[in-house]
Amino acid sequence: MTNSKKDYQKILGSIQTPVEGEAGETGTWSSLKPIIDLDKCIPVKSGKYVCFNCWLYCPEGVISRTIPPEVDNRYCKGCGICMEECPVQAITMKEVKIK
Amino acid sequence: MDLREEEFIYPGTRACAGCGMALIYRMALKALGPKTIGTVPASCLTVLHGMQGFCSTKISVLHTPFATTGAAASGILGSLEAKGLDDEICVLAFAGDGGTTDIGIQALSGAVERGTNFVYACYDNEAYMNTGVQRSGSTPLGAYSTTTPGGKTTHKKDMPKIMEAHGIPYVATANAAYPLDLYEKFQKARKIKGPKYIHILAPCPPGWGFDPKDTIKIGRLANETGFWPLYEVVDGIFYLSKKSKKLLNRENRKPIQDYLGSQKRFRDLGENIIKAYNEYIDNLWKNIEKRIEE
Repeated sequence: MTNSKKDYQKILGSIQTPVEGEAGETGTWSSLKPIIDLDKCIPVKSGKYVCFNCWLYCPEGVISRTIPPEVDNRYCKGCGICMEECPVQAITMKEVKIK
Repeated sequence: MDLREEEFIYPGTRACAGCGMALIYRMALKALGPKTIGTVPASCLTVLHGMQGFCSTKISVLHTPFATTGAAASGILGSLEAKGLDDEICVLAFAGDGGTTDIGIQALSGAVERGTNFVYACYDNEAYMNTGVQRSGSTPLGAYSTTTPGGKTTHKKDMPKIMEAHGIPYVATANAAYPLDLYEKFQKARKIKGPKYIHILAPCPPGWGFDPKDTIKIGRLANETGFWPLYEVVDGIFYLSKKSKKLLNRENRKPIQDYLGSQKRFRDLGENIIKAYNEYIDNLWKNIEKRIEE
């Protein structure tokens, strides 16, 4: 009985493993990455958990809600939404060498 | 407002750079929490979930054929009821505009009529983007797609109104450019019993023809020009959302050319189309004014 159940599961194959980077390291899609100017960044300047527009608007969720905010360049697709939405223009998109 | 820190989508998905849908899905899952079971028809969202063997979300998701999102959600809820878990676990159906307004409308209508206790979210990128920009019932007037090379000749389908006519407890419109508003609406929907419908505008950089960095800007223009008003209908009572309130005054609305001109799909618009748009928006807001007075 147990064997046949396993066979069914193999055939149906409905169980999938959640993984980080399902499409590979999507950071390689673009060489433009956000560089945060910490002298302008509101949370760094005030030391409080305020603003974080970059974290909120990032479609990939690769910017952390920490002080200072950090970008995971392995998966950042370089869309530039964070640069547009930063209220103090602390973010610029610059070319970064990807390994 | 306190947003949940935890992410339910792993980074490194197959969504395009600057995808409006990815942002919507991220916020929706944040609002609904870990005790959610999703169901998704063929759409861009299937692409985001990934290929056989792996997936990119932390919640369970059932992939269904195109026409059966509503029926699949009813089925999931039936099994949860049999196990006595239906109060605890939220069922989320998440479909594109094609899967909602064209192909999936009968299954959705049936599920809503049966009173299924689920949240149905439609992310509206205004064409079949996954298969290469074919027109859907939700494509707006004058928009280019591969099946309407000269621009679509009719206005988009008013899907929230169709769902309202079913007499369901919660109908809302949202926009990818206002993630906090969207988050609140999903949280509200989770607490209400019965069928809930949320229609969300999802700007699509490759399909609409704009730079990925402008996703939020374009979404915001859709609201500010009055083209996509944000509202909620709770038990038949109409509430205009905060972000759209000042647009009741016609002078506060930006000219529609700002929105249309920023996208390549509207590049060859004639004067008559702009005129038709202005009439459409005026009518839309006249109706809203009437409904608020009630």
